Amino acid sequence: MQSSKGFSVKTVVAIGIGAALFVVLARFGSIPTGIPNTNLQTNYAILALFALLYGPWAGLLIGLIGHTVADLISFGPWFSWIIASGVFGLLAGLFSRGIRIHDGEFGGKEILRFNIAQIIANAAAWFIVAPVLDILIYAEPANKVFTQGLAAGGMNMVTVAILGTLIAIAYSKTRTKRGSLTREA
Amino acid sequence: MAPKLLSYSDVGSPVHRLNGVTKLIAFLLFSIAGMVSYDTRCLLVMLVISLSVFYVSKVPFKQYSFVLYLILIFSVLNQLAIFLFSPEQGVQIYGTRHELLHIAGRYSLTSEQLFYQFNVLLKFAVVVPPALLFLLATEPSEFASSLNRVGVSYKVAYAISLTMRYIPDVQQEYVNISTAAQARGIDLSKKEKLGRRVKNMAAILLPLVLATLERIEKVSAALELRGFGRKRKRTWYRSRTLTKSDTLAIAGAVLISAAVLVITFWDGSRFYNPFA
Repeated sequence: MQSSKGFSVKTVVAIGIGAALFVVLARFGSIPTGIPNTNLQTNYAILALFALLYGPWAGLLIGLIGHTVADLISFGPWFSWIIASGVFGLLAGLFSRGIRIHDGEFGGKEILRFNIAQIIANAAAWFIVAPVLDILIYAEPANKVFTQGLAAGGMNMVTVAILGTLIAIAYSKTRTKRGSLTREA
Repeated sequence: MAPKLLSYSDVGSPVHRLNGVTKLIAFLLFSIAGMVSYDTRCLLVMLVISLSVFYVSKVPFKQYSFVLYLILIFSVLNQLAIFLFSPEQGVQIYGTRHELLHIAGRYSLTSEQLFYQFNVLLKFAVVVPPALLFLLATEPSEFASSLNRVGVSYKVAYAISLTMRYIPDVQQEYVNISTAAQARGIDLSKKEKLGRRVKNMAAILLPLVLATLERIEKVSAALELRGFGRKRKRTWYRSRTLTKSDTLAIAGAVLISAAVLVITFWDGSRFYNPFA
């Protein structure tokens, strides 16, 4: 797949449609946990998965575009968290680089790597980036934004660990493994 | 059953006639100025300007009413959270303390806190009208060309217009899959326990993701066949040249946001302090 410069055609399409999926799930796919204002955001499982499938830049852009559009059609843009979503996608893709899920390889080792990647990415995005930007942009109280960040990051870690891993395993099963053909003598 | 998302409709107002680039630049400038400034006077002026532009645009109220309710709920919750976590934030920022009413324990109402929270609300309110306008009064196919015009790589711009294009399709797919799953007894409602609900959600997400991946394959094959991405540049079906009113609007937006930044930082602090 050649292209003049930058992203391949497939990455461009994956960013566009992946962001659309992110938006739809942001609106319809969240599961309330019973604690007020704390939902299991299934769209972050999808973001982690797309970052794994299409790389860190796709993750960054799906996070940025998806979160911006989702915010615009619900209550207006809250920039600090939009940026945090982008950072999450970028880091999740960066640390899960080299997992060859397209070749059907997603066993114990890869599952562990994927989850370490998503936990680091979630921690960086929600424990650091989102609250720090909340303070810088909106001058919100530190204890409030760090509590919110901890809650959101924790929930997202759980969501991605369960749903993200399950879907990634299922996807890898649909792919043909490398070297699954044997030559007949 | 699926609620309609915000969508463009041409009501032929002066705002609609403006170029997409103009609206994008104005939106970005206002967002940046609104993010940086904490100067109440500037924010109020900006709010009045953006509301009057909104009024001129004649976007029917029905189109964005539910957004307003969500904004209201979100703001109320956020304001309450700020007060619960840090009732003295305003005192810290403005450096004085005028107590109005003692509530209980460490909670008391100060005019500084009220003023500070009013500012937080204002900061958010300023950005909403331009954002909504950009979304409601820009023809979707003009989105991409305007983004490309302001320097975003055309591939990223195209990805964004793909997002706008495919949200309704993906939404329809989600509704189809989830109703089919519910017909087979996969319950997603409150009646189910949390663990079970997560499991049931996976049962919907899996076909949705696989269908989406298939769609990506198809669309990218179609784009590839048409030679997308071969060249460094591309032309757009929908791209207009800037008219006089566009230049005026851009100049106005630049001037306003520059003035906001200058006034805000005139005294070296981004906060306007009426208590000092």
